[in-house]
Amino acid sequence: MDKTLNHKAWFLVLPVIVLVAFSAVIPLMTVVNYSVQDTFGNNQFFWVGLEWFEEMLHSERMWDALGRQLLFSAIILTIQIPLGIFVALNMPKSGFWSSFCLVMMSLPLLIPWNVVGTIWQIFGRVDIGLLGYTLDALGISYNYTQDIFAAWVTIIVMDVWHWTSLVALLAFAGLKSIPDAYYQAAKIDQASRWAIFRYIELPKMMGVLMIAILLRFMDSFMIYTEPFVVTGGGPGNATTLLSIDLVKMALGQFDLGPAAAFSIMYYLVILIISWVFYTVMTNLEKKEG
Amino acid sequence: MEWMAWTWPTAIFFIIIASTLTVFTVLAIKFPEAPRMGVLRIETTRGDRLFITLLGSAFINLAWLGVIGANQPFALIVCLLYAAAVFRWV
Repeated sequence: MDKTLNHKAWFLVLPVIVLVAFSAVIPLMTVVNYSVQDTFGNNQFFWVGLEWFEEMLHSERMWDALGRQLLFSAIILTIQIPLGIFVALNMPKSGFWSSFCLVMMSLPLLIPWNVVGTIWQIFGRVDIGLLGYTLDALGISYNYTQDIFAAWVTIIVMDVWHWTSLVALLAFAGLKSIPDAYYQAAKIDQASRWAIFRYIELPKMMGVLMIAILLRFMDSFMIYTEPFVVTGGGPGNATTLLSIDLVKMALGQFDLGPAAAFSIMYYLVILIISWVFYTVMTNLEKKEG
Repeated sequence: MEWMAWTWPTAIFFIIIASTLTVFTVLAIKFPEAPRMGVLRIETTRGDRLFITLLGSAFINLAWLGVIGANQPFALIVCLLYAAAVFRWV
């Protein structure tokens, strides 16, 4: 049956358009306006052209933050995606324990960001935190407020703790959708465990895995609260990720112009990466069916 | 509107973007077209190609500003060439 084509139906999405315009498009336009002007408060603006963009493009501070951000996202993706798949593969497929695992895995996802940050901030403290105290007692030097490596390990482990179960839940949903017939066919062919994973499970999970990668990338690329609560961007600037730097610039120093130019470039990077992911995802779906 | 700190150049910028989107929407309704496969090996419609053009142009402008840093209007010529290439081959 052909779909009925009626362009008047577009009017039904009008409320959404108005809402998005109010909450996203108009504020974004304002940011663009700020990015080409300078202000000393009092809502008085002076035209500066593309100066802020030029300044930001040559700002070591921004490139360093971008480098740290990319490193952070790369590390957590390399850990969380394989780990999530591994957990999903080893979860009970049905019955009480399956539901039990699902509930337990959803728990970290329900905890607000700042609470996760606070938990780890205390957990890692050498004087009162279980982790910090234990490591210290074992003679391992660990102090996330002074040691760069310890700070990075802490925020990475914290993110893995918080979000791996999202990947696992998505991968589990992908695994559940594979019909038994595939496994039976594999058994008849005496396929090895690896072959089953490589040729049945992985291709069938590809769609949800792409969504997991996209979600985890976006979230980690925009992360603010957790590292801010734990390390405050320190020691020095060692864990100052993009959004922490941006907030410092926009609200701490009230440099609206440079912060606006910074935000626009940040936005463009996110936009292009999301577009690549989206294109890859839709092409995968087309290939599959 | 004063709180939005409008300037003429940014207003013109947004007017151009908005009218381009309007023109492409009208085109898509009046002359619907099937997606085609280009050099990127992905299916694109006119709208997709416009998106690739606009996003790419933003990066071309930023690269020009960062690397060359003078005569910014010339970056727009590069963008036009890029747009033509995208609409022809992507």
